[in-house]
Amino acid sequence: MNLQRREALKAGGGLGLFGLLAAAGLITPGLARAEWNKSAFDAKTIEETLKALGAGAPASSADVQITAPDIAENGAVVPVGVVSALAGVEAIAILIEKNPNPLAASFVLPAGTEASVQTRVKMGQTSDVYALVKVDGKFLMTKKEIKVTLGGCGG
Amino acid sequence: MADPMKIRASAKEGVTEVKILMSHEMETGQRKDAAGALIPAHFITEVSAEHNGRQVLAAQFGTAVSKNPYLAFKFKGGAKGDKLAVTWVDNKGDKRTDEVQIA
Repeated sequence: MNLQRREALKAGGGLGLFGLLAAAGLITPGLARAEWNKSAFDAKTIEETLKALGAGAPASSADVQITAPDIAENGAVVPVGVVSALAGVEAIAILIEKNPNPLAASFVLPAGTEASVQTRVKMGQTSDVYALVKVDGKFLMTKKEIKVTLGGCGG
Repeated sequence: MADPMKIRASAKEGVTEVKILMSHEMETGQRKDAAGALIPAHFITEVSAEHNGRQVLAAQFGTAVSKNPYLAFKFKGGAKGDKLAVTWVDNKGDKRTDEVQIA
């Protein structure tokens, strides 16, 4: 019996219900806002963030790719994309190790949404950037170093 | 009320590609103004995209997302003329929803 898988299925079912309720207007954005994962976004280290996300110690995987420049001239705007060829990706998170709070953004992907997101983040200094992906209840991770010539904090 | 988002959604071979540019300060709460006082954090915390009322993406942002956030993703399904609505909420409770037709 794979307990993780059972939990993932339960979580998936819950999300579907949530989607339905949201569509029916029963859940207002004000309610949904309470879901913002404060402990994960407030965490100061990669380990704390992973713990707050319930990811434990994710295995490194070549099936997760980060698309980002090797050198970012302006740390205030660093384009970062996460792509995975794996099927059934449920969630993606972007973590920047040397930022004051590593977690930059997290995404929940309902069924049918492809494992491909892009955004732009701020980086205080040269750092490893981690992409965390949740597939079938399991967490996988990959990292890439991005060199920053001009930091995005301060001003 | 904040400025409108710029949203592009295009359907191609059964997959809809969505690109969103939000207009928001994304203040981290770590910067100081000229007088040395901390500028309070003010940033988007959640973004949600719905295709014909069905959620296709739920994102949570931290302060590390750049000013005027950019977000791109793809989902299966979606046809020309379908509605795509995007909503964001920030940490001060301000929110904005914009809707486009998939091209």
